Amino acid sequence: MTATDTGTTAPIIDAEEAERARRDKINRIAKWTLPSLVMALTLLAWHLYVTLNEIPHYVLPGPLLVGSSVVEDWSILWPAMLTTSRLTILALILAILGGVALAVAFTQSKWAEMSFFPYAVILQVTPVVAIAPLLQIYVESAFVAALLCAWIVAFFPILSNTTIGLKSADHNLQDLFSIYGATRWQRLRLLAAPSALPFFLGGLKIAGGLALIGAVVAEFVIGRAGTGLGLASTLLEASYRFNFGRLYAALILISAMGVAIFAVTSLISHLMLRKWHESALKRDA
Amino acid sequence: MTLPLGKRPPLLTMSHIEKTFGTDIVALKDMNLTVNEGDFVSLLGPSGCGKSTALRLIADLTHPTRGRIEWQGGQGKDDLGIVFQEPTLMPWATVAQNVWLPFRLKGQGFGSVKGKIDEALSLVGLDNFANAYPRELSGGMKMRVSIARSMVTRPRLILMDEPFAALDEITRFKLNNDLLELKEAVGCTVIFVTHSVFESVFLSDRIIVMAARPGRVIHELEVDTPYPRHEEFRTSNEYAAHTRAASDALHDAMGEAA
Repeated sequence: MTATDTGTTAPIIDAEEAERARRDKINRIAKWTLPSLVMALTLLAWHLYVTLNEIPHYVLPGPLLVGSSVVEDWSILWPAMLTTSRLTILALILAILGGVALAVAFTQSKWAEMSFFPYAVILQVTPVVAIAPLLQIYVESAFVAALLCAWIVAFFPILSNTTIGLKSADHNLQDLFSIYGATRWQRLRLLAAPSALPFFLGGLKIAGGLALIGAVVAEFVIGRAGTGLGLASTLLEASYRFNFGRLYAALILISAMGVAIFAVTSLISHLMLRKWHESALKRDA
Repeated sequence: MTLPLGKRPPLLTMSHIEKTFGTDIVALKDMNLTVNEGDFVSLLGPSGCGKSTALRLIADLTHPTRGRIEWQGGQGKDDLGIVFQEPTLMPWATVAQNVWLPFRLKGQGFGSVKGKIDEALSLVGLDNFANAYPRELSGGMKMRVSIARSMVTRPRLILMDEPFAALDEITRFKLNNDLLELKEAVGCTVIFVTHSVFESVFLSDRIIVMAARPGRVIHELEVDTPYPRHEEFRTSNEYAAHTRAASDALHDAMGEAA
């Protein structure tokens, strides 16, 4: 036994802690490598299935063909993707503005909530596919009609979450604001709005995905009239032409857009809540 | 310096206060109480005796069914601070921003009152935590922030609704001692709701014992031990005698309720 074995300068790490540190490190690596591995294996299996069975490309194109379609059809796909992005993002922005404004109106006036909330629900539960053809008839511009469709789908989660959030402020804090003679505006800005923020951001994550779904559905229904809107219209058109390479390329780009929207809304949520909200806190042990 | 009991000018008077919830729940019945400037009054009683209701009436958060609350001089309800059983801090705001709130709601900018905020935080021993968020603090520290917020405007009256009930005993004793020092430093009047006989005897010079169903005042005791009171007071014979008297009064309150 020597003194260096239990040197006082080195931090003492017991077996359990060392094991945990090792596990954390493995988890950090596995979090990225495992999904990548699954992706690679899936692509390989897809490729082998298509080539070994000699599946014709108009039934199932192989991953190489899809990849080359993305490159070759880029001049068609890129403008389509821009249109779909513009549709989705505009719908989401309008959903945020409309949803938040309506939520504030509902919490400021019980009468407004009683009068209009049932209709917000009806708008939400009516399938957008059923409304789209009507919009196409009444609204001149195909883009505006599609925008309305996407907006209808996206705005409800923002409205309902923000409404609940605005009402969820701590009761004692509300009393405190009364005692100090807070104005309505101070209450809204300093108490209700921050209390609603986590709820709103939860709604935003859902609405982001729904805006894309709404845009895709709208393009299917409205774009069919030959107005050729965005990626979903391109996808539909490719399927009519049995151009399955392009169809899959469009599908992959739509799904990449969904992932990007989710990533961005999650990042916004994390940045806004990381300092104080339970959902963003790291816990030890 | 606080005047001796009996020589203090009255601050507020509750006369024949009655509070009914719905049509048949009588929360308070014929409550009469005069609080004097510099008093440390405890409202002691079992749950349902209306002690929290009395506090809410004084804070003007609810209004009496019958009777009147009169303030002597000053602006009355605009001149008070409150501490709840929970720390009731805004989790999205830092400690300093939380203490700023009473000023902020009166339209005063942070810079113009920063000195007062620092002073209040220093009084509760949290000088170094101005920029911390509530989640980074222990339960006792959060309560200190809450107390700093109630005192930062130097109100004439501070209402406390079982502020230490959820804390462990060691923290509670420490906060009891500190609260007495704070009250001396700030020179305010305190109305303190509690269901702890020990806490009421240690802290207050007047104990109002209340009974439930219907909520009403049944005894008033004086604890004439002069301030400052220190930890030694807890083990003195005087303390034991007062505690016994308060326990007997509370026993009465429980007996009448049953």
